[in-house]
Amino acid sequence: MDLELVKIALGGLVLLGCIGLFFGIGLALAAHKFAVEVNPLIEEVLESLPLAQCGGCGYPGCEGYAIAVVNDPDVPPNLCFPGKEKVAQRVAELTGKKMVAIEDQIALVRCSREEGRVSHKHEYYGFASCTAANLSFGGPSSCNYACIGLGECAAACPFDAIDMVENFPIVNPDKCVSCGVCVKTCPKNIIELQTLKARVYMPCSTKDLGKKVKQVCQVGCIGCRMCVKACPAEAVTYVDNLIRIDHEACIGYGPGCETACVTKCPRDIFREYKGAQVISRDLNDGLKMAA
Amino acid sequence: MPVCRRGTPIESQDTESMLTFPKGGAHPPEFKEQTAGLSIEVMPVPDELELILGQHIGAPCTPTVARKEEINEGALVGEVKRGLGVPLHSPVTGKIKAIGTSAHPMRVTAPSLTIGVDHEADPVQYPEQDWQSFDGSELLQKVNDAGIIGVGGAGFPTHVKLNPPAGSPVDILLLNGAECEPYITSDHRQMLEHAAEIVGGAGIILKILGINECYIGIESNKQDAIKVMTAAAEQASTGDCSIKIETLQVKYPQGSEKQLIQAITGRKVPAMALPSAVGVVVQNVSTAKAIYDGVVYGKPLYEKVVTIAGKGINKPANLLLKVGTRIKDIVDYLGGLEPGLSKIIMGGPMMGFAVSSLDIPITKTTSAILFLTEDEIDTSPHSQCIRCGWCLEACPMGLEPKEIGIYVEANRAEDTEPFGVFDCFECGSCAYVCPAKRPLVQFVRLAKMKAKRP
Repeated sequence: MDLELVKIALGGLVLLGCIGLFFGIGLALAAHKFAVEVNPLIEEVLESLPLAQCGGCGYPGCEGYAIAVVNDPDVPPNLCFPGKEKVAQRVAELTGKKMVAIEDQIALVRCSREEGRVSHKHEYYGFASCTAANLSFGGPSSCNYACIGLGECAAACPFDAIDMVENFPIVNPDKCVSCGVCVKTCPKNIIELQTLKARVYMPCSTKDLGKKVKQVCQVGCIGCRMCVKACPAEAVTYVDNLIRIDHEACIGYGPGCETACVTKCPRDIFREYKGAQVISRDLNDGLKMAA
Repeated sequence: MPVCRRGTPIESQDTESMLTFPKGGAHPPEFKEQTAGLSIEVMPVPDELELILGQHIGAPCTPTVARKEEINEGALVGEVKRGLGVPLHSPVTGKIKAIGTSAHPMRVTAPSLTIGVDHEADPVQYPEQDWQSFDGSELLQKVNDAGIIGVGGAGFPTHVKLNPPAGSPVDILLLNGAECEPYITSDHRQMLEHAAEIVGGAGIILKILGINECYIGIESNKQDAIKVMTAAAEQASTGDCSIKIETLQVKYPQGSEKQLIQAITGRKVPAMALPSAVGVVVQNVSTAKAIYDGVVYGKPLYEKVVTIAGKGINKPANLLLKVGTRIKDIVDYLGGLEPGLSKIIMGGPMMGFAVSSLDIPITKTTSAILFLTEDEIDTSPHSQCIRCGWCLEACPMGLEPKEIGIYVEANRAEDTEPFGVFDCFECGSCAYVCPAKRPLVQFVRLAKMKAKRP
């Protein structure tokens, strides 16, 4: 073998080795000097979270919430809806915050489109997304507050808890963790989170006046305010042409009122709430009825 | 006929001598023959008008009248107290029946005034005034008082456009008579029948801006209008003020502000900038006519020439309508709808809005109502993007519509800003040429909703 070639090869090895060593030491020093202090508590909190990255807490991902709940004393430990009671308990323990009971909620689609036999005012061709359909004349339904039914909420749900049945979203109570992604997605703003302890519910979101509602829907709220007047607990209010229920006040008053709002409603749109399963069944019945 | 992906070929077009914008565009079939020969017809006023309070870009007007109040034709019924806007005037003598909401082509519902028409009342006379005696700022005030907005479709308050920011001096006025959208002939008829008024309006604008150079761009498919307008312009051009007619190639979207400026002056308006940045003000020919009426006669803008066309209407026409006339009254006047009607569009087929109610009233910016039958529209479903790049070729702004569509479909609309989605003015050339029939304009609208404006 030619000695010259060996020399060149060895020289190269030594040179590259030196460069490598130089940068290696540099990086090691830099890593040491500029090391980001990570609060071990944040990692611990993060490990206790379900890591669904749903954003239901209002922070960008699970890590965002973990950082916030550890660093900010005002952030409550019970914001992780998918984790429910168990995770809230653990986060409260880790951060030393006071555990506040997490309220079990479920997404409620405030529309009875099929039951009310809402017709179409036009046929929609184009990109099959509710937001897109909503851009052209408020969607194909005659009612401007009706579910468009193209399933944007079902596609957005990180827990696969919404099934589209006959172009209407049915929330699966076993899977829904009330993260609120569907609430933010719906371009019609007709999905709400409602506590599972609720006694009544009202599946209509119309803000139109009675005359218009009667023209387009058989069960839609006509804004007669009978429920508002009937409620002894003043839990039902009519704000911005929309019925709102203060469930805390309603539950606080208890069954003494014999659900006056439900019995007084002339359109049968105010209903007794007997658990999430019942809503799904009701809606399914409504769909079958309309079919 | 050979298939041309830019639309129908134009045989007799002399592409050398005629001006046009350099990039993109399409040539959809014109379909103008249906109404181009029909002179403007005054439609009798219906019993009730629905006056939408937000006719212009900016905050809607606040009503200055109360329910049951009697009002005269031309009386002020709404004004904008703060911010961008123009006053609104009553198109008829009558009584305010209700202050409520009306169906609206874009916003679904919008605040409006319902006016019951008094058919007995005498028409209001507007005496002619010598506008030469007013100075620039007085003229500008008159334009504002007449409630004039860009009637070509944008609805931008004209007095704001005629008062360019101090930093950008204007030296050229362009009048837009391109009327590049298929079917529409209302500007064409205005130019034929009101050439002197349009040129007069140009004179007024020149005086307001304090400049003396005006070009009127007309597409070569309106030879009769070019002839009439040239004669009128020659008569009006005096020593210090020159009004010239420029013949443009027939190409869509020639009537877009930025494209028209580049076609006629060769100046390129930078992205996200206004025409005044390159020293140009563009007005529609119909706006010029409205300015003439508003300044010389003091007549507010409350009438509009609207082309009613398509196979779905019994009798196509160019109608002079009171602003606030509902579509159903127009349909009744023109002998009803034809069987097979499938889609009603307010505006042109490229940029107009499909509507699903005949209760919608026309506004100051409505230039056409099209009643299209099944064989005039295409409802076949769209398919995946095949990345053929035809939309890139057609886009007059040099954007990539296909990318925007693909991003929106992949639920990443918020990442479309780098593709220049906010430079898109939704002309629809891309969607027109797309072989996969993708609703690209709709994708862009969605992207604009979700992406962050730079």
